[in-house]
Amino acid sequence: MDAFLAALFALGDALTAHVLLSAAAITAGILTALPLAVWASRNETVARVSLGFASLVQTIPALALLALFFPVLLSLRAVFGEGLPTLGFLPALLALALYALLPILRNAVTAQANLDAGVIEAADGMGMTFAQRLRLVEAPLAAPYIMAGIRTAAVWTIGAATLATTIGQKSLGDPIFAGLQTQNWALVLAGCVASAGLALFADLLLGMVERGFRERRKILWLGGIVAAILGIAAAFVVQFGGQRDDAVVIGAKTFSEQYILARLIGHRLERAGFAVEYRDGLGSAVAHSAAASGAVDVYVDYTGTIWANQMKRTDNPGREAMYEGIVQWERETGGPRMLGRLGFENAYGFAMRQDRARELGVASLADLARVAPRLTMGGDPEFFERPEWTGVRDEYGLRFADLRTFAPTFMYNALRSGEADVISAYTSDGRIAADNLVILSDPEGTLPGYDAVLMLSPEAAGNERLTAALRPLLGSISVEAMRAANYAVDREEDKLGFDAAARQLAGE
Amino acid sequence: MSEDPPPAIAFRALNKRYGSVHAVRDVSLAIAQGAFVALVGASGSGKSTLLKTVNRLIEPSEGTVLVGGRDTRDYPLHALRRRIGYVFQSIGLFPHLSVAENIALGPRLAGARLAEGRVRELLDLVDLDHAVAGRMPAALSGGQRQRVGVARALAGEARLLIMDEPFGALDPVTRDALGERVRELHDRLGLTTLMVTHDMAEALLLADRVLVMDAGRIVADETPRGLLAGAGGPAAQDLVEVPRRQARRLAEIG
Repeated sequence: MDAFLAALFALGDALTAHVLLSAAAITAGILTALPLAVWASRNETVARVSLGFASLVQTIPALALLALFFPVLLSLRAVFGEGLPTLGFLPALLALALYALLPILRNAVTAQANLDAGVIEAADGMGMTFAQRLRLVEAPLAAPYIMAGIRTAAVWTIGAATLATTIGQKSLGDPIFAGLQTQNWALVLAGCVASAGLALFADLLLGMVERGFRERRKILWLGGIVAAILGIAAAFVVQFGGQRDDAVVIGAKTFSEQYILARLIGHRLERAGFAVEYRDGLGSAVAHSAAASGAVDVYVDYTGTIWANQMKRTDNPGREAMYEGIVQWERETGGPRMLGRLGFENAYGFAMRQDRARELGVASLADLARVAPRLTMGGDPEFFERPEWTGVRDEYGLRFADLRTFAPTFMYNALRSGEADVISAYTSDGRIAADNLVILSDPEGTLPGYDAVLMLSPEAAGNERLTAALRPLLGSISVEAMRAANYAVDREEDKLGFDAAARQLAGE
Repeated sequence: MSEDPPPAIAFRALNKRYGSVHAVRDVSLAIAQGAFVALVGASGSGKSTLLKTVNRLIEPSEGTVLVGGRDTRDYPLHALRRRIGYVFQSIGLFPHLSVAENIALGPRLAGARLAEGRVRELLDLVDLDHAVAGRMPAALSGGQRQRVGVARALAGEARLLIMDEPFGALDPVTRDALGERVRELHDRLGLTTLMVTHDMAEALLLADRVLVMDAGRIVADETPRGLLAGAGGPAAQDLVEVPRRQARRLAEIG
């Protein structure tokens, strides 16, 4: 309970960012939907096309919609120039605004279609202009229905905004994703309670406005609107009141090790006099592009990830050649700069419970192929799409009875509970030792190397004071130390926070 | 010799087609200022279509409509409509506005503010208690609503009143009383009135001149007295026969 309350009260920043993002998205949704609804009420085709489009958008999972804006904005850079942000607030705003569009548009169009024909005839008959009819008759009569649509949109948007974390926008999703990673349920719960509470509160205020419109009670609707605006303004002041935009932005992908390393880097930079800001929970491709564009200044990546995902290479030239290849490729393509290796590898490995492996007589991937048709393989959400998987599968002829996808943390639970027999584990994961797992050997050398490397945006790489502060980290982290730090935050009992784990890892 | 005033409304070779349906065929006629004209016909005879070309709620396919001697297309649309009082069966009171606000809305559109006394005056004209001024339309009876509808049509001091089945949805007692009231107002305010109705008895009792429409054409143009004397042709006489037969049967019973 104390942990939950502490987590809840630490959410100030995430809450204000969440309020601002949601408010901006809903506002953009309203500003798009209302003129569109007016147009649609005068034109059947517009009504059909716009409602069809809004419904189509609604069928795209929110997470995918958020992710889709990255390539869209990236291609729009051809028009708007390199300054166009592809991550963070802008794509989150656009995706959520699109999401908010449907309920507002649908209610507005329905309200207009259902206006009493006699009322419209009277308005025309008495000589109202288009604008007068809209302002004096249609808008006031449709207002309660439109408000109901805005209410629905607000609740959806506030919920979906938690997913903005994955594209580098701070939100109440930060504690949820961080907590899911580390099975820190107090953190997850705090994020959920805060976002649900915010949604309920917004629903209450907007419901008040809706009732005010319906019952024509000015005090209700005006009060509701003023309260909503005050809330947003307060968030705005808190967010931008004391902001420093010269802060070094440290990115982290969606797993514990990344959170810890981000803090490790952050602590170092703070000691060197830098202000730092964290962008946690970034998707893998997102983090790389964010560092290329300068939206993120520093983050930790893995050679194998860049090799396969960014360079689209499927061959495996060995650790050194791969490292050199990446350095050269990033330089040629204007990508982030590689400062150097941290010293450990976080490779994909096929892990099994020791007892199960012994029982089936499996020690290597070649052994595994023999028994695979009876087994279930669990992978993280991207694993089965990766060339490592297809490479190993084809090299060893792996044919499993079933392939299942789990969030990384749940993969280990699945292995423990028997829902999966083999998982795509990470070699630096603390749970390998803790859960008594074996990593199957790879006699053909198919799995590529995954050296953890420090990546800097081109701009940050040119900052000598910054690189000087980071250089001591190179080669300083052994895989054992990393495993221990990971385990300290992932274990069930006596968990450490990311900051504490980072301090432990730094040997403080 | 003094110049005659132009007719309040004149139709010239007016036609309206909806695809293959010829709703109004070659209508040419003039309505003198101060006349109370009823336009009678069965459903689908084209009478409402003809009426609505006057305030351009419907645009004719061919021909012209003149109001006050001027082509309706030469008026700015809103100016044309604001000088014509329009009353119709479904009334169309604005449900979000009070009775007083409904009545004052027309002048407000033109930028004028209706004095509070004027709303009371208009309520008096249609026999409504001043207390209804603050009520919402939903709180009124059907008859009261149409009285407000008439008051609203008169608020802008229109001299021309066009009415589309104005009393069609009212109970017979209210209908009779409101009909008489409108006729009184017509006389008192010196209006020109064109009223569409399917009820020949109502037309005969209220109008000075009755136009009968059938399949898009004006088939009779008579005074009530003339129609009752048998003029106007078979289509008109079929319509006149209905109230006449009812009157005979009532006399037999009584």
